[in-house]
Parts: sequence; C-alpha cells; structure tokens
Amino acid sequence: MEFTLKNFIFYGFALMTVGSALLVVTVRNIVHAAFSLMVTLFGVAGLYVFLQADFLAATQVIVYVGGILVLILFGVMMTSGRLEMRIHIERGQLLLGGIVSLALLMLLLTVIANTPAWKNLTDDGTELPPTTERIGELILNGPFLLPFEVVSVLLLVALIGAALISRKEVRD
Amino acid sequence: MSDFRAMFVGFPDFNVSENFFPNINLQEKLNWAEEFIQNVLIPRLPEAVAAHFPVELGTVLVMFACAGIFVGVVPLLPLFLVLAERKVAARFQNRTGPMRVGPWGTLQTLADGIKLIFKEDFIPPQGDKLLFLLAPYIIFACSFAVFAAIPFGQNILVSPFNIGIFYIMAISSVIVMGVIMAGWSSNSKWSLLGSLRSAAQIVSYEIPLGLSVLTIVMLVESLNMQEIVASQSNGVFSWLIFRTPFTFIAFFIFFISSIAEVNRTPFDLPEAESEIVAGFHTEYSGMRFALFFIAEYANMFAVSAIAVTLFLGGWEGALPGYDILGGFPGFVIKTLALVFLMMWLRWTLPRLRVDQLMNLCWKYFIPIAFFNILGTGIWGLIFPEDTLVSIIISCAIIYIGLIVAYTIAGRTLAQNPEPQPS
Repeated sequence: MEFTLKNFIFYGFALMTVGSALLVVTVRNIVHAAFSLMVTLFGVAGLYVFLQADFLAATQVIVYVGGILVLILFGVMMTSGRLEMRIHIERGQLLLGGIVSLALLMLLLTVIANTPAWKNLTDDGTELPPTTERIGELILNGPFLLPFEVVSVLLLVALIGAALISRKEVRD
Repeated sequence: MSDFRAMFVGFPDFNVSENFFPNINLQEKLNWAEEFIQNVLIPRLPEAVAAHFPVELGTVLVMFACAGIFVGVVPLLPLFLVLAERKVAARFQNRTGPMRVGPWGTLQTLADGIKLIFKEDFIPPQGDKLLFLLAPYIIFACSFAVFAAIPFGQNILVSPFNIGIFYIMAISSVIVMGVIMAGWSSNSKWSLLGSLRSAAQIVSYEIPLGLSVLTIVMLVESLNMQEIVASQSNGVFSWLIFRTPFTFIAFFIFFISSIAEVNRTPFDLPEAESEIVAGFHTEYSGMRFALFFIAEYANMFAVSAIAVTLFLGGWEGALPGYDILGGFPGFVIKTLALVFLMMWLRWTLPRLRVDQLMNLCWKYFIPIAFFNILGTGIWGLIFPEDTLVSIIISCAIIYIGLIVAYTIAGRTLAQNPEPQPS
C-alpha cells in the first residue's frame, strides 16, 4: 500500500469510526457509550467529507451529534440514577443476536457487491462539484419531492404525539 | 538558502494598493507548499527517503500553520473582551473598573490569565476523570473551528467552504456535547443542573436561529459566506437586513437567539450564580476554567461576526465605492458594536425564568421565524430581482412597522406601568 495523504486520512477516519463503535457496544458505563458514539458519528462525517459530500457531512453532525445524541444523553441523565449497568446476556439471546447480525451482515455484503456504481471505482483525483444545489433540486423540485413531504408529515405527527404523551392531563 | 528566501518573498501576496492585509486564502497556498517540497526539499534529501517522501505533507503543514494562526490570535480577543466587559459593567454601575494593573487597568486580564495558569488544576475525585479532562477541549475546539468559515475580509478567510454557514451551525451544535460532558463528569449537582439547562436552552434556540439563517439563504441562494457577503456589495440599503421586512425581523430573532446560544444574560440560566453557583463549570479551576472563559468570549465574538456577515454587509462598506465601514477594519467595528450591544443588554436586563425562556423560544420566536420564511418566499416571488423599488418598499414597510410597534409598546406600557421600586 502506498502511503499517501488520502490513504492516511481515510484509514484515520476508518479507525476512529470502527474503534469507537466497538467501544460503544463493549463499554459498561452508558454515558461513556454515548460519548464514544459521538466519536463514531464524527468519524462517519469525516468519511463523508472525504467522499466530497460536504452537505451530507454537515447534516450528519448537526442531526446526529447536535440533535439525537443530545436527546440520548438527556434521556439517560433524566431517567436513571444508576449509570453503571450490568447487562445480563443469556445463551438464547446470544444465539438469536448472532443469527440476526450475521443475516444483516450477509444482506449488506450482498447489497455492496451488487451495486454497479461501486464496482471499478477509481480515484482519478478530480474534484467533484459541490453537492448542495443538486440535493436541493432533487428534494424540492425533482423525483424525491413526495418522499420528502411524507417524511416531514411523519415528523410532524411524531412531534404532536410526543407533546401529547408528555403532557399531563389537566382536570378542572 | 537562496531558494528559501525566494519562496518566502513570494509567499504572502502583499497587494498593498488593493488590500493591506496579506492573502491567507488557504486554497491558493496549498500548491505553493507542494511545489516547495517537490522542487526544494526532495532533491536535497537522501535518495532512499526522497523516493517515499509524501509531497502532500506540504498541504498538511500549511493547514496546521493556518490553524496555528487562528489558535494563536483568537485567544487574544477574550483578553481584550474580558477587560471591555469589566469596564463596560463598571461604567453601567458608576464605577471605574480595574485600574491598578497597567495604565487604566489595561493589563488586568493578562494578570488574571497568568494567575489562572499557576492555580491548582483540581479534579473532583468522585467524578469521571477522563471526561472531566476532555470536556474543555471539546468546547474550546468547537468554538475555534467556527472561525475557519468567517470571512474577515476579501482575502482573509481560512477556507472558502461551499457550505459555510451550514458548517458553522453544525460545528456550534457540538458545543452542547462538551457542556453536557463537563456537567456530568464533575459529579456535582450544580454542574449537572447547569449543563442540562444549558443543553435544553441551546437545542431550543438553535431552531429559530437556523430558521432565520434560512431566510438569508433563500434570498442569496447560497450557503457560501463569501457569496452572502458579495450579494450585499451595494451600500447600506443592499445589506440583507434592509432587503426585505422579513429579514429585518429575522435579524432580531437571530441576534436574541445568539445571545441565548452563548448563555449570556438575560439568558444566563445555565450559570445563574444565585441558583447553581456557576453552572456546568463549577468544579473547574485553573487553566481548564480559563479555557471555558476563553471559549465563551470567543463564541460571543463569533456569533456577532456571523450576524454581521449575514445581515450587516460583512466586510462590504456602507456606501458603494467608498470604504466606510468596509474591509477588515469595518468588519471588526461592526462586530464589536454588536458585542457591545450584548454587554449593554447583560448589564441592563434581569435574568429570565426557565418557563419564560422556553415560552419566548417556542411560542414567539419559532412561529415568527416560520412566518418570516413564508414571507421571504412570497417576497421573492413578487420581486425576483432586487430593484430600487423593492428596496424602497421594504424600507418603507420597516419604517411604518417600527412606528406601529413603538406606539403599541408605548400604549401597553402606559396602561400597565412598571411597578415602582418600593
């Protein structure tokens, strides 16, 4: 393998992502797990930057790190007094989990192997044009308008549902 | 040796007539470093090393140099801003402020900084040591990363990101993680309460902030900070704040939400002294506390600079063709004016309650911000191009709106006068 800057950056981000992802599932302390998830998500954002998908990278950080992860930590800190959790795993669960993750792995590998655009992909060092404008065109003025609107209605429903559930009933 | 000198003479594009400040636009300098390594360094190395020497190392070095400039220069800002804050506060309270160290107390912050460096770095024994040590760096790094996308002048910009303003919002949303980390790892009730308050506040106020940025993005049709500035190049009435009545409202929502984002009075619940000591950084001391402090003041400057870039013309001047309030000095003057406004508000207004804070955000700012987006869209349909007519109409609406608002506010205050101090 040739040592180039690109390789160095790529393997750096890959190591960061995979290493911290391993920490997420092995660490006992749930808050530590959440913070190593932050590193994982950052690593994925870095890989997006590496693929010249700048808009996607920023979205990754703003949605996952700035939004969802904060909510996870909020949930952990507001609900549980005990942060050190001993998780018991029984034999049956281990088997079941193993089967499911193996099946998922096979599925993903099949998808990766069958995606034609990913085969024979070589890096010729060209700079791709910025993606923001094309994403905007596709979502708001193109084939993905309907899915986009459906997702926004779904999110609105979730929002109203959350407000309804968390609200205490007021009795006169 | 002569090669070296030739390289350094050629390096900064000192174009004194056009712009006094050296060009530190990173993109153009990357090739320079690679050429330097290719032509100067590699021929002088032993052959075995030269064959495997990465040319791209030059790029990395330039990147580190640019980062170094910012990490070296930006901490000088808080040094000045902290003194300014104390002097402003003193004036508001009819005092003189620090006067002992240096002429008129100008070296006071330096003395305080040196004191903080020599203080004991206390780590709570019951806390989470790793996260406790890590948290200040996350906040510090994120507040500094914001500066990479702020254009201080025509050529004074670290990286001309295509997604400039979006990048800034993404990076500044990570600061919350540092705050939660600091609060939790301190293992103290004050810290945890403060960090949860802070997180709730920042996450809430990010919504009106983002929505008011969206009105600007809709008008400019770009996320690039330099393009946003370039669209305001025709004097004060082409500044985006006056372009439509809706951006005028958006500016105030943006500015007030920014004050909430940087946790300053009247939104300083996360560090309310009377309730929770100092909030999330209660347990920190010495240099780590100083890092929080530097980050806070750097943030304050950063959000003001972003407001100036988005709404007040950035480094473009107030008159087309003249350099009044333009260029790097004009940019800094406008930004410092907004910083002063923040200090003014801090020493004038009392602190809000938690419910008032959330009411203000969710019941007023977010609906108004959505209304703004709708209005900007309609405005863009009516006036696809900015013409003299559209700007006159916009300014007229702003003027009438201000008069109406002033009258209504005056009547309301006359009917419900403020309670007299007893």
